[in-house]
Amino acid sequence: MAMRSEAVPLTSRADFFRGLEGFPLLPVLILAGVAFVAIFANVLAPYDPEVGSLAARFHPPAWQAGGSSEHLLGTDHLGRDVLSRLIFGARVSMVVGFTAVMVAGAVGTGLGILSGYLGGWVDQVIMRITDTWLALPALTFAIFLTAIVGPSEMNIVVILGAVYWTRYARVIRGEVLSLKEREFVRLAIVAGCSKWSIMRRHILPNVINSAIVLGTLMLGVVIVTEAALSFLGVGVPPPKPAWGLMLADGKKGLMVGYWWLTVLPGLCIMLMVLSANLLGDWLRVKLDPQLRQL
Amino acid sequence: MTRYIIRRIGYSLVSLLLLSLTIFLFVRVTGDPTTLLVEPGASQADINAIRERFGLDQPIWLQYWTFIGSLVQGDFGQSFYYRMPVLELYVSRLPSSLLLAPAAMAFSLLIGIPSGVLAAVRVGRFWDRAGKIFALLGLSLPSFWVGLVLILFFSVYLEWLPSSGSGTVWHLLMPAFALGWYFAAAHMRLTRSSMLEVLGSEYIKLARLKGLPESLVIAKHAFKNALIPVLTLAGINLVIMINVAVVVETVFAWPGIGRLLYEGITFRDFPVVQAVVLLGGGMIVIVNLLIDVLYAVIDPRIRLES
Repeated sequence: MAMRSEAVPLTSRADFFRGLEGFPLLPVLILAGVAFVAIFANVLAPYDPEVGSLAARFHPPAWQAGGSSEHLLGTDHLGRDVLSRLIFGARVSMVVGFTAVMVAGAVGTGLGILSGYLGGWVDQVIMRITDTWLALPALTFAIFLTAIVGPSEMNIVVILGAVYWTRYARVIRGEVLSLKEREFVRLAIVAGCSKWSIMRRHILPNVINSAIVLGTLMLGVVIVTEAALSFLGVGVPPPKPAWGLMLADGKKGLMVGYWWLTVLPGLCIMLMVLSANLLGDWLRVKLDPQLRQL
Repeated sequence: MTRYIIRRIGYSLVSLLLLSLTIFLFVRVTGDPTTLLVEPGASQADINAIRERFGLDQPIWLQYWTFIGSLVQGDFGQSFYYRMPVLELYVSRLPSSLLLAPAAMAFSLLIGIPSGVLAAVRVGRFWDRAGKIFALLGLSLPSFWVGLVLILFFSVYLEWLPSSGSGTVWHLLMPAFALGWYFAAAHMRLTRSSMLEVLGSEYIKLARLKGLPESLVIAKHAFKNALIPVLTLAGINLVIMINVAVVVETVFAWPGIGRLLYEGITFRDFPVVQAVVLLGGGMIVIVNLLIDVLYAVIDPRIRLES
C-alpha cells in the first residue's frame, strides 16, 4: 500500500489536469480578486474610506434615480463612499482572517502534535482544555474575551486564534495517534531520533495537509465571526472600514429602504466565505482522503 | 453501566471546573480585575468594598475558591446597569430564548431533513448537487445579514412583518428563520450522510428484495433509522441556539439571552457578560452529559466498550 504522504509523480500533462479535476476556478479567482483589491486598496479606492462629506449623505448607487457616477455604489450616513469602504474592508477581512487562521492553526497544530505524540498527562491536560473550550459557544466566548481586553484589530486576531485553535488540536491529535504507529516513525525511534525531532521532522510534515484543509475551511468561519463581532461593536473599532461594521452602520438606513448599505457589504462577506468554503471542500477531497467524511 | 455514568459525570465536573477556571483566569490575568468588576466611575470606597468581597488582595487560589463558592450558590454578581442580581436577570430573559430556539429549530429541521433525504435518495444527481450548494450557502451567509435582508424585504418593502420586538407569532417568524437557516445546512448534511449509511445496510437490501415499493423502503425502513443521529444533533443544537442567538436577537431586538449579552457589552456591564458565558458553557456541558448517558442507556455497545 502506498503511503498517503508520498507524492505521486506527475508523468504527463494529462495527469496534471486530472489532478485539477473539479478545480473551483471561480472561487479561487474571487479570493485572488479580493486579495488583489486588499493589497492595492490605496490605488483602487476612489475616496478616503474614513472621511465623508455630510452634504453627500445617503446617495444611492449610480444606476438608481438620484445616484451619480461620483459615488458608484452610493454613500453612507456620514457621506462616505461605499465603494471605497468595501475596498478597504476587503483588506481588514483578509488581514484579520488570514492571520487569525494562522495563529489558531499554529497553536492548534502544535498542541495537537504534542498531545497526540507525547500522550499521558500532557495529552490529558490538553484534551481536557480542548473539550472545555469547545463547549463554549465560539461567538459568546469571543465576545467575553473582547469585553476583557477591549476591541482592536490586533486583539481580534489573538482572540479568534484563542477561540478557534481547539478545532485544529482535535483533528491533528487524531491524525498523530495513527501516524505514531506507522513504520517510519518506529524506525526513527529505533534510529535514536529525539522526540522533538520526530515531531518536527516526521510528524509535522504529515499533518500539514490536514492543517491546510482545516485552515481553508476555518477562513470562512473566522471572517463571519469577525464580521459578527464588528457588527456588535466589539470587533474592529470605527471608523475603520470593516464589512461587519458597515452592516451595523447600514442599520441606520435600513428602515427607510437604503438597501445598498446592507446588501452590498453582506454580499462581499458571502462571496468571500462561500469561495473559501468551496476551495476548502475541494482541497479536503484532494489532499486528505481521511477528512472526506467530515 | 453505573461505572460508566459515574465516570462520565466526573468528566463533566472536570469540564465545568475548567470552564470556571478559564473564565476566572482570563479576568484576573489580563489586567486589573477591578476595572471590570467595579462600575465605571465608582468611588474609592466602592472599589475597596469589591476588593474585599472578591478577596482580590488574597492569593489567587483562595480567590478562585471564593469565586467557585459564589457560583455554586447561584451568585453571579450584580448587574451594574439593571441593579439586580445577574441570575435573576438571566432567568427573566430565558423564556424569550426558549421560545425562539425551538421555533428556529422547527425551521431548520423543516428545511434540513427533507432536503437531506432528497439528496441521499438522488445521490450524485441534480438534487444532491443543489443540496450541496444550499448547504454551503447556509454556512456562508452570516445569520445577521440574512436577518437584515429579511427586514428589508418583509418589513420595509412589503410591510408584512414587524421588524423588531416580540409579542405575537409574526414577531417570531423572521428571527426564527434567520437563526434556523444556518443550522438547516448542518442538519441537511447529517441527514444525507445518515440516510446514505442506512440505505447501504443489509436490512434495506432485504426490504427491497421482498419487493416493497421504494417509497415505503425509504419512508418507513430507512428514514426512521436515519433520523436518530439527526435528532441527537438537533438536541445539542437547540441548546447552542439559545447561546449563539446574540446577533440575530440584536438585529430583531428580541429580548432573549443573546440580547442580554449585547446589552452587557454595550453598557460595559461585565458581570452580565461573564454570567452569560459561564451559564452557556455550563448548559452545553450538561446537555452533552445527558445525551451520552441517554445513549449508554439505549445502546449497550457504548457502555460495554468502556
